[in-house]
Amino acid sequence: MLDGFISVATAAVRSGTPLLYATLGEILTERSGVLNIGLEGIMLMGAITGFAVVYSTGNLLLAVLMAMVMGAIFGALHAFFSVTLRVNQVVTGLAIAMLGKGLSGFWGKSYIGVVAPRFEKLPIPVLKDIPFLGPVFFNHDILVYITYLLVPFLWFFIYRTSAGLTLRAVGEAPEAADAKGINVFAHRYFYTIIGGALTALGGAYLSLAYASMWIENMTAERGWIAVALVVLSTWDPVKAILFSYLFGGIDTLQFYLQVSGTTVSAHILKMLPYLATVIAVVFTSREKVRKLINAPTALGIPFSREEEVA
Amino acid sequence: MLRLERRESTSKTFQIAISVLTVVLALVVVGILLYFFGVNPIEAYKEMFLWPFGNVYGFSDTLVKSIPITLAALGLIFPFQMRVWNIGAEGQFLMGAFGASLAALYIFPGLENRILMVLLVSMFGIIFGSLWAAIPGLMKAYLRADEIVSTIMLNYVALLWIDYLVYGPWKDPQGYNFPMTKFFPDAAWLPYFGQTQIHAGIIILPLAAFFAYYLTRLSPWGLKIKVIGDNEKTAWYAGINVNRELFVAMLLSGALAGLGGALHMMGAQHRLQHGFSAGYGYTAIIVAWLGKLNPWAVLIVGILFTGLLVGNEQLQIFFGIPISLIFVFQGVVLLGLLAGEILSRYRIKFARKGVGENA
Repeated sequence: MLDGFISVATAAVRSGTPLLYATLGEILTERSGVLNIGLEGIMLMGAITGFAVVYSTGNLLLAVLMAMVMGAIFGALHAFFSVTLRVNQVVTGLAIAMLGKGLSGFWGKSYIGVVAPRFEKLPIPVLKDIPFLGPVFFNHDILVYITYLLVPFLWFFIYRTSAGLTLRAVGEAPEAADAKGINVFAHRYFYTIIGGALTALGGAYLSLAYASMWIENMTAERGWIAVALVVLSTWDPVKAILFSYLFGGIDTLQFYLQVSGTTVSAHILKMLPYLATVIAVVFTSREKVRKLINAPTALGIPFSREEEVA
Repeated sequence: MLRLERRESTSKTFQIAISVLTVVLALVVVGILLYFFGVNPIEAYKEMFLWPFGNVYGFSDTLVKSIPITLAALGLIFPFQMRVWNIGAEGQFLMGAFGASLAALYIFPGLENRILMVLLVSMFGIIFGSLWAAIPGLMKAYLRADEIVSTIMLNYVALLWIDYLVYGPWKDPQGYNFPMTKFFPDAAWLPYFGQTQIHAGIIILPLAAFFAYYLTRLSPWGLKIKVIGDNEKTAWYAGINVNRELFVAMLLSGALAGLGGALHMMGAQHRLQHGFSAGYGYTAIIVAWLGKLNPWAVLIVGILFTGLLVGNEQLQIFFGIPISLIFVFQGVVLLGLLAGEILSRYRIKFARKGVGENA
């Protein structure tokens, strides 16, 4: 029983990690006031870029870097449309999602069925021997461990540093930030690009560690789930890690349930995250709740220094 | 630095030119990709245009697929005109197909009167399509819940619901374990035109376009949603019940997408099947936008754009090009349209830094 629980929890951490990277990236982007729902496409681009690089060079570090550069490029594209051109950010995000899906499928055609080096497990000495916690948290690859540092770092950055305060100001009250001499446009560009890079890293995790191969559409809607996780975790990196593991766990659980021959259909279980999101959207849309959970006030609203933009 | 300056007015020709330019731009981008793939883009484009529009099979395939796409796009005109972003046409289309299958296979399987059967199955498609749109519609109208996220999420729920059925309780016992239901009864098959695959559902397209034209351009309701789209506050002051009209617009949108699902079932698929929609509902968004929300333009664009997709599919068969090229094409069209929208509303000025002040 405990063994079963440990293996589900371990798998939840592994399967939650790509979600976590994308969610953390989007938290930064949305905190600056830009909504990017195209995560699915960016994750796919990260996955194929990383895989293509490691396949031809064998260098995992370079693969991760190039995946992040690709994510940054897509982030910049999104920023150009939503910050400079100020067009509808949702439709732009949809276009980014389509573009990423299409380009990755096209590019990845020749990588189907080939194998490449992967991030191997790197059990941490001593820590890995702690009962329960050891196997669940400290018997993974390096990309998982990085998130253990990234989450507290981002939390500290957002809530405890002046740069974090500026980031929040840009997303909460861009006019006020502008009046204070903060360059709203530059900040939004920067965080949308960083968000893209982290999202692509989440995708690269899938092709470099989780599965270590390329399959078309291998993200399997994780990008859309991540958009939802950002809202569920109320733009807080610490809650993001909890929800990512929870959803990673649901992902794992449905696999286990299927194997154990349960009567609940996998398809019905897979609906859970989407339904949870719909319910979350209802709650977070109330003015009071929005204030309570600190939704960035100017999220999705382009900033312009000229008068009213219709 | 780039700076946007509002235009006083935009001519129709300019808007059409932007739509055409966008498609050309997308074709150029895809052409470059084709070139890298080792395919001569000129050859490929010849095939891509000749197949859907110059060949009987290709043309009938185009028309058949244009039915659900165009119907959904016509439906999207209503919410889009009010600046309500229903991204859920895909889910509403799928639920329409579900309703149609429910009626044809499980509620009236023994019904032999074809006309009655087709009407009932269509009704079920309409009802389930609009019910699926009613959820985000109500949430948006009365709870201010963001319709974009909820409609996208409900698309996936609908997709999983169909998969649940065709992999589970509705799977055809004689279907060699394929994820699909059994065939619709004969009475629920729409007749074909001659030897082609074009089915009677095509008749609905001009009717639906007129319906959308009447509602948006001739009826008092059309005026209301136009006012809401222009300025929601003004609409409230003018005594328009914005919430109610928003809900109605979503219902109508879902109804047309659902009808498309029912017709596609009765005319082309004849059974519910895993993965039978190639993202028709998402394509509909692009079609509605390309057609600038004008029903007659949407009708024409719907058929032309479906032709491009069918041509793309043909490229895959003919040159072995990955099908994912379609998504690249659609993504670039969408981005081009967004940029074009800005071009038609603003002039772009290049200026040095620090031009916040208005001269």
